[in-house]
Amino acid sequence: MKPFDYVRAGSAQEAVRAGAEGRFLGGGTNLVDLMKLEIERPDKLVDVSRLATEEIEDGDDGLLVGAGVSNSALAGHPLVRERYPLLSTALLSGATQQLRNKATVGGNFLQRTRCQYFYDVFRACNKREPGSGCDALDGINRFHAILGASEHCIAVHPSDMAVAMAALDATVETLKPDGSTRSIPARSLHRLPGDTPHIDHVLEAGELITHVVLPASPPKRQLYRKVRDRSSYAFAVVSIALALDLQDGRLANVSIALGGVAHKPWRAERAEGILEDSRPDAELFANAADAELAHAVGHGHNDFKIDLSRRLIVAALRDLSESKREIAA
Amino acid sequence: MYPVSLDVNGKTVSAEVDARTSLLDLLRETLGMPGSKKGCDHGQCGACTVIVNGVRINSCLSLAVSHDGDAVTTVEGLADGESLSPLQKAFVSHDAFQCGYCTPGQLCSATALLDEIKRGEPSVVTDGKVTLNEEEIRERMSGNLCRCGAYNNIVDAILSVAGEPA
Repeated sequence: MKPFDYVRAGSAQEAVRAGAEGRFLGGGTNLVDLMKLEIERPDKLVDVSRLATEEIEDGDDGLLVGAGVSNSALAGHPLVRERYPLLSTALLSGATQQLRNKATVGGNFLQRTRCQYFYDVFRACNKREPGSGCDALDGINRFHAILGASEHCIAVHPSDMAVAMAALDATVETLKPDGSTRSIPARSLHRLPGDTPHIDHVLEAGELITHVVLPASPPKRQLYRKVRDRSSYAFAVVSIALALDLQDGRLANVSIALGGVAHKPWRAERAEGILEDSRPDAELFANAADAELAHAVGHGHNDFKIDLSRRLIVAALRDLSESKREIAA
Repeated sequence: MYPVSLDVNGKTVSAEVDARTSLLDLLRETLGMPGSKKGCDHGQCGACTVIVNGVRINSCLSLAVSHDGDAVTTVEGLADGESLSPLQKAFVSHDAFQCGYCTPGQLCSATALLDEIKRGEPSVVTDGKVTLNEEEIRERMSGNLCRCGAYNNIVDAILSVAGEPA
């Protein structure tokens, strides 16, 4: 690991002032690992894990979640289990209890891809070394993107939590080094790779995630389903976060986000548009899934993901529209 | 170098550390407590699991300098003197290990697991009320690998102390 300076920030303001030349340290479960491999080489770590950002507060505008809340604390919070069950399930579907205890909400959003060519410093990777190429394109790309990828990068974002946040229309609140704040829809936090795949998200240098806000009245039917190679402690091959209401026999407030298929949590807007205000049936579900995946592209080993995603969307829609389980109003 | 002071198994210890030092290396190399094991050193195997401020974490992925002021329990702190904890006794009586390398992590992890159940914390296989059963144990222990494959006996050992103080 490359030597670095360590500072523990006493406040968010102090953190952003110090953070512009360094990296923020939350739980460190991804960053410290990448530093050991010297894929991440910060000169300075600004520890934000002790800031007063561990609260979860319920208010008229929704549930305010501090960026320093651990993944396990958020997943187990009574209000999250009751009102945002898909988020609780998504969090608990990720990693292990040891990692969830350490990993923070802010850090989960900002974790890097698990593409093996990103991790292998002897292979070409435009995300790790811009301009070096992408060995995943013609490599073992079973876990890679089928939507929104580019010729420069086919890596996927590994988070389960971020997929749930995108589906729930959560908002990410940040503080910038100049003291200003902004609200970013969770669905817009990450970006597609284009020709700059080394940039994962829209945050500026030194911009700190301070909170996440979950809408006060999410859809009443929610589901998170993750398809993976092992039943525990594995990244998604494909996952889906689905939320909807049934009003007078018609689908409403339909929100679909897919994980494991793109450089960011993928909001299935085409499918949502077809489903909204329609009566649920198998043909409608198939049409919606087909429309969403019409532009999906496989790269060989991951061709099966297109069919798998289609089936996962259809099955999730069927199960959730037939479910008897709704969250309390 | 950075000064750190923390409570390890009930004793206050202080040390000067390089910022790069992991909590695991602080315990093993600086404090002379080799119970916690270095398996993968990347958070994948769980051999380094310790309990910090009441919750289990991978000490290999955690910087020692960030734990100033924390309370750490390692496998060396589970027994009361010569008297093993109920979980340690159960591991012995159920043959819950072969080579033993993963065992300190398994024990710390399982000790914390029993507390998580008592606190009613859910796992992904929890449906409604949190209860301890084989499915829950297998899910909750998925961060601790055992290459000897003692999993069945580990699950039996944990089940046998469920309901007793860990």
